[in-house]
Amino acid sequence: MINRFLRITFILTGLVLLFPVTGSAETPLPVIHEPEGDGVKCVEPEDVMRRDHMNFILHQRDETMHEGIRTSKYSFAECINCHVEPDDNGNIAAADSKDHFCNACHEYAAVTIDCFECHADRPQKFINRGGKSSALQEEMHQMLTVIEGTGGELK
Amino acid sequence: MSDCVNQSRRSFLEKSAVVGAITIAPGILLHQVANAKPDDQPVSDTVRWGMLINTNNCEQGCTDCIDACNTEHGLVGNNRPQSDTQYIRKVTLRDKMTGHELSLPLMCQHCETAPCVDVCPTGASFQRKDGIALVDKHICIGCRYCMMACPYKARSFVHEAVNNQTLSAPRGKGTVESCTMCVHRVDKDQIPACVEACGKGKHDAMMFGDLNDPNSEISKELEKHGGKQIRADLQLNTAVRYQGL
Amino acid sequence: MKKIEYTAIKGNSLAYYGLLGGLGLVMLIGLLAVWHMEHNGHYVTGMTNQIVWGMPHVFAVFLIVAASGALNVASIASVFRKEDYEPLARLSGLLAIALLAGGLVVLLLDLGRPDRLIVAMTYYNFKSIFAWNIILYTGFFAIVGVYIWFMMDHNMYRFKKQAGLAAFVWRLILTTGTGSIFGFLVARSAYDAALMAPMFIIMSFSFGLAIFILVLMASYNWTGRELGDEVVSRLRNLLGVFVAAVLYFVIVYHLTNLYITEHHGVEKFILLEGGQFTKVFWIGQIILGGLVPLALIYAPGVRNCRKTLAVICTLIIIGGLSTMYTIIIGGQAYPLEMFPGYEVSSTFFDGVVNDYTPSIYEIALGVGGVAVSLVIVAFIIKVLPFLPTSLADKQSS
Ligand code: SF4
Ligand code: SF4
Repeated sequence: MINRFLRITFILTGLVLLFPVTGSAETPLPVIHEPEGDGVKCVEPEDVMRRDHMNFILHQRDETMHEGIRTSKYSFAECINCHVEPDDNGNIAAADSKDHFCNACHEYAAVTIDCFECHADRPQKFINRGGKSSALQEEMHQMLTVIEGTGGELK
Repeated sequence: MSDCVNQSRRSFLEKSAVVGAITIAPGILLHQVANAKPDDQPVSDTVRWGMLINTNNCEQGCTDCIDACNTEHGLVGNNRPQSDTQYIRKVTLRDKMTGHELSLPLMCQHCETAPCVDVCPTGASFQRKDGIALVDKHICIGCRYCMMACPYKARSFVHEAVNNQTLSAPRGKGTVESCTMCVHRVDKDQIPACVEACGKGKHDAMMFGDLNDPNSEISKELEKHGGKQIRADLQLNTAVRYQGL
Repeated sequence: MKKIEYTAIKGNSLAYYGLLGGLGLVMLIGLLAVWHMEHNGHYVTGMTNQIVWGMPHVFAVFLIVAASGALNVASIASVFRKEDYEPLARLSGLLAIALLAGGLVVLLLDLGRPDRLIVAMTYYNFKSIFAWNIILYTGFFAIVGVYIWFMMDHNMYRFKKQAGLAAFVWRLILTTGTGSIFGFLVARSAYDAALMAPMFIIMSFSFGLAIFILVLMASYNWTGRELGDEVVSRLRNLLGVFVAAVLYFVIVYHLTNLYITEHHGVEKFILLEGGQFTKVFWIGQIILGGLVPLALIYAPGVRNCRKTLAVICTLIIIGGLSTMYTIIIGGQAYPLEMFPGYEVSSTFFDGVVNDYTPSIYEIALGVGGVAVSLVIVAFIIKVLPFLPTSLADKQSS
């Protein structure tokens, strides 16, 4: 009985181990868009950034979040401000597209980015919020009107 | 109720008296020292940010503070009031005996002994040294235990995907969030958006300041006219106080 | 006492694979539901900012509570030295582990960010009872695992008693911990009771034993092994005591609450005016889950009827789920009391009784968790000797 159990476990483990080997195929190297503008330099040399960007961001993340340190050198928002730009047609690639600065490499390296679950994937200046948040405001105004019976004379 | 205020006030009076005596001439400068924080310096517990809300000035039907909050944080509704996020809300109260009605804004009370912080399994719910209670969404697993524990129903769970967030409020599906007392503004020496909007609308029902500084406007007002905590029986020493309740 | 012989079940019949396949399907449906919930966000469920814990938590807490209860049979054998229960100890341990695993899977998959399991395992806030529970659950797996190993290994058999005692103590702490998750929510009137933890322990006895009996009867019936009346009626009597104890505790709990003025509101809500929650309480928890099983257990006509016993156990399980429903969801439906003496209204549903309609996805996830537990049991008893070859009555053997 135990033998059979072991055998099954063994086969299952083997199957799992086989996967990465069979799964790899030729994937083209990512295309990275250099930020435009003259004399603009990243906060660290390129090879340092390649290796350590996540550590910089992670460190800054905890300091900003918990201690209120708001220096801009390793600020995530600043990365986005420089590196994410519209293409020739004025479109900005979303964070899950391989044309997005971050995702280009991340997709290649098969490393998931969690940042854009919460952070905007583009500079604020390219976000048009016109009227959108008013949907919630509209909703609340309506409910308030009903609750207070003020008959809709709201600002 | 006022006991609690006095107690904490006494302790910060002592503390700030020492600071004041050693570092600077007492009086005028104290206020600024408490506030000014360079970008590269961590927040400290010499300040405790708080709010005082005068319900007598709060106009029924007015939503200036709420609108300002939603704009500031880019809160977008999905037409699902049951699951849409609200950091701040207007509550209408009707006295069961007299029928007297009043309204007030209610948000995270930034409790000193915050139940949300105590129950959070990962430590994502935490409190800055200056008393502002926040959710570190980087480590929040979305268990919602904090929402169960909060006595003020101050928290919302992000029920659907969000994009194009503002810089002031990164927020995303599957994590919990609540009023941040506009921590991003406070760190830049500005007052919270709701307080600003209330003042701009000439209601002056909200006041923001340092509870630890006996000379701050809010401390003086609290000393003169008092301010109640909601559910003072829980002894959470909240940073948001109410007058006219 | 003669040596008990354990053998693994053959498990090569069509019915066995059918069972595994069926349970697998239920698990698959559960997974699809999870995918849907996580992909779209929790708005597709019945859960909202008002009812923040829903059906998944009903199932998860039920399974976790039942898990510690399922271990009882083993504890009676090893800690209280009742040899008659000895042959059942292995299955009891296995079922405990399986139920806990099922419950935890549900709890985990309902998280807003289940992908952050690593975070949950590496960041600990030691003030949080939730974090402590994670440690208690992990410890439970380990301790019960060791206990089972000692029971099965001749060389370690002599330490079995100690292991059994450790497991028994651990399970008491574990259920207390689970109950305390609610006990710590002081702001909510429904949970603010010292009786919460002991009540959870008593309930675990009853739910765990009910599931144990069902699994035992099913596995013996389907494998054609002999299960004597002696064993069954012993378990049945034990179940009767537990069900009565639960009923007694529920009554004490509500009476105590009625004694405390602040709790009058929420008591009135659950007992009288709570709409669906009042119905679930009276019909599900009290009548179906308590009174009817009690009557059936002690009814003279059906004493030895296995079918009736199966019905009784099923009713107790339904009653258990109803209990969790009233505690977890009913407790949230009742509004938070922030402004005594005022009528409260707002855009955020302050001062109103909150509505809840469970979604199909939540239920699928919960049922999927049950299937996980059962698959574990069905698979393990095939590969390892957990079941005694025969549980026939002594005189007949
Ligand atoms: S009001 Fe609620 S969310 Fe805010 S600090 Fe207190 S317990 Fe936490
Ligand atoms: S939902 Fe997030 S912040 Fe709230 S208790 Fe859970 S992990 Fe902590």
